[in-house]
Amino acid sequence: MQLGRVVGCVWATVKDSGLEGYRMLLVQPLDSDLRDTGKRLVCTDWTGAGAGEMVYWVRGREASIAFLPGQPPSDATIVGIVDFVHRAAAKTSKPARQPERSHDRKGVASSPGRNIAPPEN
Amino acid sequence: MLIGRVVGELVATHKHPSHEGAKILLVQPLNLDGSDRGDAVVALDAVDAGVGDQVLVTTEGFSAMTAVGRTQSPIDMAVIGFIDHVELVPGVS
Repeated sequence: MQLGRVVGCVWATVKDSGLEGYRMLLVQPLDSDLRDTGKRLVCTDWTGAGAGEMVYWVRGREASIAFLPGQPPSDATIVGIVDFVHRAAAKTSKPARQPERSHDRKGVASSPGRNIAPPEN
Repeated sequence: MLIGRVVGELVATHKHPSHEGAKILLVQPLNLDGSDRGDAVVALDAVDAGVGDQVLVTTEGFSAMTAVGRTQSPIDMAVIGFIDHVELVPGVS
């Protein structure tokens, strides 16, 4: 699993029928200091997470196991919303930093609560 | 499997039910010289590890699920042991 932050939502009208009904979110992976790292990716969402929330996600075959008995063709799924990360600064090699709380919305313009604003059209 | 150091513990109220009751650890993979290798990963705990411990992490789903004792659950990493000592054979490594 890996830490990440929800930075957006993905809509796909035409998609594999196995993906019908599943939310897809754009996730920015985070490192141990909760800073952005690596490339963003699309995850199916088990939790109902909203924009700006810190989450952890699972990759690979196990991504679709979260939805059993459903089996969406997904290789990355958000399986938990992280409230905070408890760290002990003295024993880590990197300087400590306060974890971002879930209500911080860095990188997300304005999205209310757990709901991602629908597209304007 | 990876050698890593536990650098934190995650608190997650809303998570997959199969993760309930297990510690969720933030583990920084390490090189053999003790320096950080890549980004930290999130792993379920199967051995009661804590922050600061040097641990063995499996990075494959089936072994992780088996170690934690939760089959058919979305787990792809688990802490499955403590590293006491690593010995490199001179002239080979």
